[in-house]
Amino acid sequence: MIPFLALVRKDLKLFFNDRKAVVVGLLVPIVLASFFGYMFGGQSGKTETSKVPVLAIDQDGSDISRGLITQLGSDKNLDVKPSTLDVAREAVRKGKATVAIVIPKDFGKDAGHALFTGENKPELGVLYDPSHNVELGMVRGILSGAVMQTVSKEMFTGKSGREMVNESLAQFENNPRISPEDRKALRHLLNGVNELNEQREREGESGQGTITGGLTMPYETREQAITSGKDIEYNGYAHAFAGMGVQFILFMGLDVGIALLTLRQSGLWQRLRAAPLSRTMLLGSRTVSASLIAGFILLVLFGFARVVFGVHILGSLAGFVGVCAAFSLMTAAFGLMVAALGDTVEATRGYSIMATLIMVMLGGAWVPTFVFPAWLRKLTVVVPTRWAMDGLDAMIWRGLGFSSALAPIGVLLLFTLLFGVLAVMRFRWRTE
Amino acid sequence: MLEVKHLTKNYGKLIAVTGVSFRADRGETIGLLGPNGAGKTTTVSMIAGLLSPDSGEVLIEGKQVKSDTDPVKLKIGLVPQDMALYDKLSGRDNLTFFAALYSLAGAKAKQAIDDVLNLVGLSDRAGDKVETFSGGMKRRLNLAAALLHDPQILLLDEPTVGVDPQSRNAIFDNLEALKKRGKTLIYTTHYMEEAERLCDRIVIIDHGKMIANDTLQGLHKLLPVTNVIAIDLDHADGFNPEQMLPLPEVKSTELVQGSLRVGVHDLSRGAPGVLRWLAENGHSYHHVSSEQPDLETVFLTLTGRSLRDS
Repeated sequence: MIPFLALVRKDLKLFFNDRKAVVVGLLVPIVLASFFGYMFGGQSGKTETSKVPVLAIDQDGSDISRGLITQLGSDKNLDVKPSTLDVAREAVRKGKATVAIVIPKDFGKDAGHALFTGENKPELGVLYDPSHNVELGMVRGILSGAVMQTVSKEMFTGKSGREMVNESLAQFENNPRISPEDRKALRHLLNGVNELNEQREREGESGQGTITGGLTMPYETREQAITSGKDIEYNGYAHAFAGMGVQFILFMGLDVGIALLTLRQSGLWQRLRAAPLSRTMLLGSRTVSASLIAGFILLVLFGFARVVFGVHILGSLAGFVGVCAAFSLMTAAFGLMVAALGDTVEATRGYSIMATLIMVMLGGAWVPTFVFPAWLRKLTVVVPTRWAMDGLDAMIWRGLGFSSALAPIGVLLLFTLLFGVLAVMRFRWRTE
Repeated sequence: MLEVKHLTKNYGKLIAVTGVSFRADRGETIGLLGPNGAGKTTTVSMIAGLLSPDSGEVLIEGKQVKSDTDPVKLKIGLVPQDMALYDKLSGRDNLTFFAALYSLAGAKAKQAIDDVLNLVGLSDRAGDKVETFSGGMKRRLNLAAALLHDPQILLLDEPTVGVDPQSRNAIFDNLEALKKRGKTLIYTTHYMEEAERLCDRIVIIDHGKMIANDTLQGLHKLLPVTNVIAIDLDHADGFNPEQMLPLPEVKSTELVQGSLRVGVHDLSRGAPGVLRWLAENGHSYHHVSSEQPDLETVFLTLTGRSLRDS
């Protein structure tokens, strides 16, 4: 037992003696996790996102086009500014604007006619930055609502709307493609609109209020975040700290492997092998020390997240500790496997950094796995970091019980076993 | 104490060591002499149990090292060629760690650490980090780490590589002290003067093969010339050294800048005849000395190559 404890103590001493490395090793994940946490929702889960810069080119100059631009500008997600076509095109190309909306000449008039007839729909030009597809989708949705509201408002309440209703009535009468029955019904509808407009005009003169908002979405949403409990808001830092913790602990495991690879080529390895120590003790002690260091890193990270960002373990504490312990062991075994399979230090460092980054990426440590395509989400169950992230998320902010930690713990321990067996089988004990 | 029998180790087609055999008794120092890559470190690694020989065996007090945890290993202390220390730890922390590998802890470990620090003269620097040590101090601490468990056999793989002459002398003093305590030293080197100073017997290895195993005197006897008599002649002009070749025991003659150099196989029998011949033939001289060939000459004679150039 004396040699085993000495080996573990020595590893811990070497780790903590290098104070600069310890500080940097903790500071970097804290900074990154703080950044990602803020980006993904912050402490209240409602971090204000930046507005999408939109340029509006009004070539129509009608009440409808002006109303449309005003309507778009009132949306909290858009930052709408007037522009000209050439300037807007250049701004989008340079990435200074995400979308430019071109309202062509006669848009208001054509849109008003098309509202009732469905024919000769005018085209709204949309110039967009192809690297902002997500924002484009959002702008398109807001634009649809704004056009409907603005055009219908003008049709039912505006002066030009009344003129257009009368023009539309005249067109129906002379349109041979409309059947007599349809003509009768449309005439009835448009006369009704005219009556409504006249009535609203009278009400406006007598000072009585009326509804003049045009057609709007016939529903509103009531959004409710399902978190670990009532009145507990999602904390974006919870996932970010879990993700960065997983990433940097994996890097620590990688360092353990590289250090072992380097050690194997040194006189120290000869001295260790010359002592009456078993191979199990040499690798086992390294596993324990690496796990303890990983546990320490997680403790500091989540301690910081709790004090500064109010991240709490809302689920089972035992489950959280279990997931952390299983992940730490898996990381240590991963490091040993790196040392066992590696050849030269330089080549091994390159390959293993790549493998680590892929594991981190697919595990959802950078961005949650729900943004992955369905096939990729299914595929990532073979990546241990996915289980670590799922387990940590479940225990930290989803607030689930210990039973939800069992599967991640079990799978992580299976990976530990797999990596450990591979490491023992492939480790080259011969001195160089 | 230590018996090495017909050790052979191959790496694929490369023959690292073949048929190396020697024995070392208590208090004896054996020098493994050979150029870099000759197979010295491989031989030491097999003795220390770090490598399994393809054939042959190593017996320590009649027993083989059979497993990683074999207690026989306690009888061996290894001083690797590379510095085997943790730079970020203090000298004492290093020694505490290496002592613990041999299950030494508490007062026992402290005593052992104090003893070895005292031996290598590093007691006053024990608390400093190794990274602040000079190369010579590191080498001495490297030696100390192998002595903590008081092994009977000390394997020293080129322990003076890269150290200044002063530190080298300090290490030699340490080794001589250990020898006096009855320790068996196996010392690999490619420095002939180290082998000449320290070793009772010298095993010469070249290309993995053992080409000699003898005392220094015994190795000299392998040479056609065991001594060179250097005679500074008063009048060397016109002197033909070859006329002395028929004399008994004389094996070689040459004239180098007025100094006559006569190689003899046996100094006590050859020298009187040489001096007598000079007197009888009217050649006066003002200085006579004798030189013994060094190990470099031995190696050159045995391999046809210079040790340093190999």
